[in-house]
Amino acid sequence: MSNATTRSAGGASEAPPADRSTQDRTPRRRSSRRARQEWRKRAEIVFFVTPALALFVVFVIVPVLTAVQMSVYRWRGFGPLEDFVGLDNYVSVLTNDVFTGAVAHTMIIVVGSILLQLPLGLAVALLLNRKMKGQGLLRTIVFVPFVLSEVIAGVIWFQLLQPRYGVVDTALGSVGLDGPAQGWLGDPDIALWTVLIVLTWKYLGLPILLFLAGLQGIPNDLYEAAQLDGATWWQVQRNITIPLLGPTMRTWAFLSMIGSLQLFDMVWILTRGGPANATTTMVTFLVNEGTNRQNYGIAGAASMILFVIALTMAILYQRLVLRRDTKEAGR
Amino acid sequence: MTRRTRRQAALVVAAAAALFSTACAGQDSDSEPDAADTAEGDGNGGDTGGGDEPVTIEWWHNSNNDPGRSYYEQVAADFEEANPNVTIEINAQEHEDMLTRLDAAFQSGDVPDIYMERGGGELAAHVDAGLTRDLTDDAAETIDKLGGSVAGWQVDDRTYALPFSLGVVGFWYNTALFEEAGITEPPQTLDDWLAAVDALKDADIEPVSVGAGDAWPAAHYWYYTALRQCAQDVLQDAVTSLGFSDPCFVRAGETLQTIVEAEPFNAGFLTTPAQEGPTSASGLLATERVAMELAGHWEPGVMQGLTEDGEGLGENTGWFPFPEVPGQEGDPEAVLGGGDAWALSADAPDQAVDFIEYLLSDEVQQGFAENDMGLPVNPAASDSVTDPALSGLLEVRDNAPYVQLYFDTAFGESVGGAMNDAIVQAFAGNASPQDIVDATQQAADAEQ
Repeated sequence: MSNATTRSAGGASEAPPADRSTQDRTPRRRSSRRARQEWRKRAEIVFFVTPALALFVVFVIVPVLTAVQMSVYRWRGFGPLEDFVGLDNYVSVLTNDVFTGAVAHTMIIVVGSILLQLPLGLAVALLLNRKMKGQGLLRTIVFVPFVLSEVIAGVIWFQLLQPRYGVVDTALGSVGLDGPAQGWLGDPDIALWTVLIVLTWKYLGLPILLFLAGLQGIPNDLYEAAQLDGATWWQVQRNITIPLLGPTMRTWAFLSMIGSLQLFDMVWILTRGGPANATTTMVTFLVNEGTNRQNYGIAGAASMILFVIALTMAILYQRLVLRRDTKEAGR
Repeated sequence: MTRRTRRQAALVVAAAAALFSTACAGQDSDSEPDAADTAEGDGNGGDTGGGDEPVTIEWWHNSNNDPGRSYYEQVAADFEEANPNVTIEINAQEHEDMLTRLDAAFQSGDVPDIYMERGGGELAAHVDAGLTRDLTDDAAETIDKLGGSVAGWQVDDRTYALPFSLGVVGFWYNTALFEEAGITEPPQTLDDWLAAVDALKDADIEPVSVGAGDAWPAAHYWYYTALRQCAQDVLQDAVTSLGFSDPCFVRAGETLQTIVEAEPFNAGFLTTPAQEGPTSASGLLATERVAMELAGHWEPGVMQGLTEDGEGLGENTGWFPFPEVPGQEGDPEAVLGGGDAWALSADAPDQAVDFIEYLLSDEVQQGFAENDMGLPVNPAASDSVTDPALSGLLEVRDNAPYVQLYFDTAFGESVGGAMNDAIVQAFAGNASPQDIVDATQQAADAEQ
């Protein structure tokens, strides 16, 4: 396992693309044969790509275009699309307090997840990287929440966090402490933070796993050299381990960001976007407006806005943060 | 190489993530309502007047547990026996599943011949889209027999569905816990009710559970305060014109504020679900952790399902109507309620009309009542309700000067959803009485 992951995650080694070089060499000799081969190659590509492309078009492109179309109509889910409203839906989404709240919550979760999980994940990964008894077992245990289905984890946490009768409140009560009066999920001021903690518990396994893999890719000579120079453990971590884990961390942060932007299941199970819209995310807003209230035009407009936000963030991150890593790859 | 792959994969992930979120709202916009149900061509459109050609009728209902399930199977079998050319395909589904599938059916235009309608704005939208069959002339006799109960299922004086169960909302309470707190009489006025809340708190009992996490249980409080504060004609006018300028709607919010400020609700009520599991609002009442809950006629059945012995509160089950509020302009006997009705898809065969008329016949409604499947609408079945709590409720319903359909159903999902959302905000102390009215009005204006 560690071998395979090292290559993709650590990514320090660089192998020349084999197929490319052979392809470059042959056509120089005979151009007619080259043309035929090119044509054949294209036919092959078309043959193999078409099924996947067709599925992609039917299940992704067409729905996206329909969403665009829907977003300029007022439509309740059945009957013909007739009531053209132009950009009204966009205006009403952007001026909707619930939507702006949802965007804010989503951003809090994007940033909060990274700020919480990065140091925690790094710390646990560094600890688990030391030689100790039961290392494999500990690594497995730490990774279990990540493997657990989100719905199951959500339901369990929902029950644990019940006010008065839940395990968390009972445990606090037995040492003489009181949980919040409305419970951890019932108080609009703390519900979002509770959700963030549960998400951290659930997803911490991923950075740990990735960082552990990244750690295997750091050459031992560096550590030996540092030891010869008399560096302390802290100095080694700060000056060798963390900088060399950079690419892994940046990639993980990107994945984490994408996951947070799409956050739905955990919130839906824990709070349904409540209490009083304190934990709505962009996706729960979509489901509420579209599926529940049948304002498909509004949902269409909101989904376009979500699309633009997600794409902008992804591209900006690629350009600004991941740029260094991708440049190193020679592209 | 590896890095390039990773980068591209990341890009694909990014794009796919964004695309997928968008795709979630996808739909099939080209469906023509009149192209519906071509697969049901053997139904021969609407021109068979009881001929001998074989007809298959698809019937969706939500009585997916016994005794209801077997009872309906028996009813269908009886009908098939009397009409040998008719085959009834029953599709009994869990309630929420059925709603989701019905939404999809309406979108595709492939609506089952017989399905359930809750009336109000939802029905009006279906009628508007030409999805629902007009029953006014074809089932005139049955409509006549049901009387005023069909009002919730009429659009422009035409009747589109036959209500088979019509219930009312009120407070279900635990008589033993009330006794423990020294409350001898069920409260009649809001002051009595607030006094009862205090008495329960003094006895260290959580007074009221409400599933504000699902919004509508909380919204019922505002519906009721509006029903008390507003005169009947004001309400009826508001339902048809979607105008909420009458000051009684703000007063309704003020009364709600009084209730919320007394802090009568269970801990964490803002995320408490309505009926799912023992920690839901119904579960808390069923497991004797709270003393009362505002809920509809379904409550005893829900509580039975949430207790291990299947008894719910058993003989401790009590019911009292929503209390009267000071300065009310509404009729104190008026009740909030709603129900279910059988409706037909636009191209359902005539035999389907015969079948739903049969479902509303004295005989079938009596059996419906005997099996505790709901509160029958056919007056001939009233005596067949055996459960004491339900038969008391039936009396309240039949004596009420009018039954106001739940506002969210009456206004339709879009306005109703915005209204419920604002009411929950008021429960959280984030919205003023005026905010509720404004949010509702805003959604209503967008609708027109």
